[in-house]
Amino acid sequence: MSDSPLAVEHEARPELRHHFADEEQQRNAASLGMWWFLGTEIMFFGGMFCAYLIYRRWYFPEFAAASRSLDLKVGTFNTVVLICSSLTVVLAVRAAQLGNRKLQVKMLLLTLVFGLSFLGIKTYEWSNKYKEHHIPTFHYNVIGGEGDLVKGHEHLLGVDKVQGDDVKLREREAEIQRHTQVFYSLYFAMTGMHAIHMIIGVGIFGVITWMAHKGQFTPEYHTPLEIAGLYWHFVDIVWIYLFPLLYLIDRKPGA
Amino acid sequence: MSTLAVSEERKNYINAEYGIRSWLFTTDHKRIALLYLLSITLFFFMGGFYALLIRLELLTPQGDLMQADTYNKVFTMHGQIMVFFFLIPSIPAVLGNFLIPIMIGAKDLAFPRINLISWYIYIAAGLLYLHAMMTGGVDTGWTFYTPFSTAFSNTRVVEAGLAIFISGFSSILTGLNFVVTVHRMRAPGMTWSRLPLFVWSHYATSIIMLLGTPVIAITLVLVVLERSLNLGIFDPNRGGDPLLFQHLFWFYSHPAVYIMILPSMGVVSEIVPCFSRKRVFGYNFVAMASIAIAVIGFLVWAHHMFVAGISLYAALAFSFLSYLVAVPSAIKVFNWTATMYKGSVSFSTPMLYALGFIGLFTIGGLTGLFLAALGLDVHVTDTYFVIAHFHYVMVGGAVLGYLGGIHFWWPKISGRMYPESWGRLAAIIVFIGFNLTFFPQFILGYLGMPRRYWQYPPEYQVLNVLSTAGATILAVGYLMPMAYLFWSLRYGKPAEDNPWQATGLEWRTTSPPPTFNFDVDPVVTWEAYEYEKMPLPDEVTLER
Repeated sequence: MSDSPLAVEHEARPELRHHFADEEQQRNAASLGMWWFLGTEIMFFGGMFCAYLIYRRWYFPEFAAASRSLDLKVGTFNTVVLICSSLTVVLAVRAAQLGNRKLQVKMLLLTLVFGLSFLGIKTYEWSNKYKEHHIPTFHYNVIGGEGDLVKGHEHLLGVDKVQGDDVKLREREAEIQRHTQVFYSLYFAMTGMHAIHMIIGVGIFGVITWMAHKGQFTPEYHTPLEIAGLYWHFVDIVWIYLFPLLYLIDRKPGA
Repeated sequence: MSTLAVSEERKNYINAEYGIRSWLFTTDHKRIALLYLLSITLFFFMGGFYALLIRLELLTPQGDLMQADTYNKVFTMHGQIMVFFFLIPSIPAVLGNFLIPIMIGAKDLAFPRINLISWYIYIAAGLLYLHAMMTGGVDTGWTFYTPFSTAFSNTRVVEAGLAIFISGFSSILTGLNFVVTVHRMRAPGMTWSRLPLFVWSHYATSIIMLLGTPVIAITLVLVVLERSLNLGIFDPNRGGDPLLFQHLFWFYSHPAVYIMILPSMGVVSEIVPCFSRKRVFGYNFVAMASIAIAVIGFLVWAHHMFVAGISLYAALAFSFLSYLVAVPSAIKVFNWTATMYKGSVSFSTPMLYALGFIGLFTIGGLTGLFLAALGLDVHVTDTYFVIAHFHYVMVGGAVLGYLGGIHFWWPKISGRMYPESWGRLAAIIVFIGFNLTFFPQFILGYLGMPRRYWQYPPEYQVLNVLSTAGATILAVGYLMPMAYLFWSLRYGKPAEDNPWQATGLEWRTTSPPPTFNFDVDPVVTWEAYEYEKMPLPDEVTLER
């Protein structure tokens, strides 16, 4: 096997796999594959976005009230962290193109730091939700108690109209419980699924950083870094949609 | 016999390496195709076993063989195994995997390691599903309808749902591999308009796999989350909406029907010109019809929900679109017929399956139009009419195409000829058994027998007995190829490189092909299906 012309030719170019004619074909195949994979990811998140749009339209007041319970400052900060991580990925690709290995590794390490910080901050947010009883299953409650959503939103939620009529008030409260639970179900499903993608991304970039450290990427060949970067940017963009949809429903100043 | 001499002088993908490791760690698309062939055959007979249990229970009007609960599990597992573990991977993962790189003149698929990973994912999913089956089974119907699946069923819904979720990755990765391979790996001269129609239909199938499968993946994840973590997304008691589940489920599961039938259409498009010795009629139309089916197929899902409480206007739109998707299917049937017209048709085994496919798929497709009509659907929805309709498409269409393809390419895959007279006999038995099983079900459904019940009024018994008898014959027809194909591996006559005198690139390499498919990298200078330039296959080959 090793003395066939194919093998000899390929020994000189270790990153070229046997079934490709040349490096360009191999790179094109890899990036087309990643773009199609991102297409499947859009459909995957699309299912949840579709559910979100329907329920947001049906239960708008409850969605708005529940959305206001999310920590806007922390969420914004986290968005900035994630955008920074995308920037460092681009800079790492640039460094690979220029053949600057040190800069490349530095940028990739920064990406890992940003990615892990995002996950850390997200965990902090979730743990606050747990304390407020806003996680379905774990003593879910949005009326009275620490995670009360009604106070301050009586008009938005239509509670002021049924004040005084005990039966109607209780009915409305039960509705608010159910409908806000739909919001939080979607919130945890969507941010959870996003976080799983982040964790996978951090894993991938761990490997990529190691490969960069070993000097495997050259200006001519850095396809793994490039397509891992595509994935990272995609996960970033999903958050760019999630953030306004979940955090910024009807946030009028002073409301 | 010259068998020994032949196998000694040539290295091919089968004798290139030996030992179990050389199979389990292979990245050769042809070997992976054989791994798939073995595993989906196992699942096929498992699903078939459940089908026989169903037919046995329905032999008599009383629920005497099993309890109602058991019956629910049996038809659920029949459906889920057949759909997710046999039909969806069947032709793409076996024949597509084996043939697409050879047909376009490539050494392998674009991502050989991902190809192997997708087989392991499939096996992992299959094992998880088997575990769910053995520790209690599932009883939701293959459709997992909520809120029954999330709030009421006491069976292994979470495990079965996760198994199907995982198997989805396998089909996504297969589809991804095919699309990139067709785009990037074609040999010099293999232009899009020279692609075999088999490749076109797999390209269309792959697009559906890529865009549809993620939707059922997230839907099943949400079902699992709702069931295990109490999220409220589909359960009305928790503010959710079960109709949303149905929309999301059918957004994948209707196009999934085309994942099953399009590859079969590809097989038939190869077999019909070959055994008519004619260029395929209307190449462009047949190729574009595959793409049209893939696109329009995404816009018809709510015809499964006409009685579920969707608005009348939505129902009208979906009814119209469902009629529309019949057009490209009909184009294909007409083109195959026109290909045979004035051709010199020979009735070899693959051709018998292809002819069976055309007839049965036409019946299945036309009865689909009955179901797309709003007024008629209300009458026959959830009856045996629906069961008969989709079995005409899934079995009469997809399975017959699969068997035809296995026979057609068996000389290439195994390097051996199967016994032709046994092949024809089995094809005829399958055809008769199939019709006897499912035609009575059209009548049963029209008379009002509902699906998914384990007992029925006695006046339906005659037709049910016919159906069960047919299923028995069908089982014989399925077991026969198993037996003689295995037999041929050892005793079959060695196959020539091109026993059918067919035109595709796969017939211009050796049988079985070498590991990298071609000894010399091919350059294509001819159109597809130039049968007028091919010699006739010698009669001995056809009669063998």
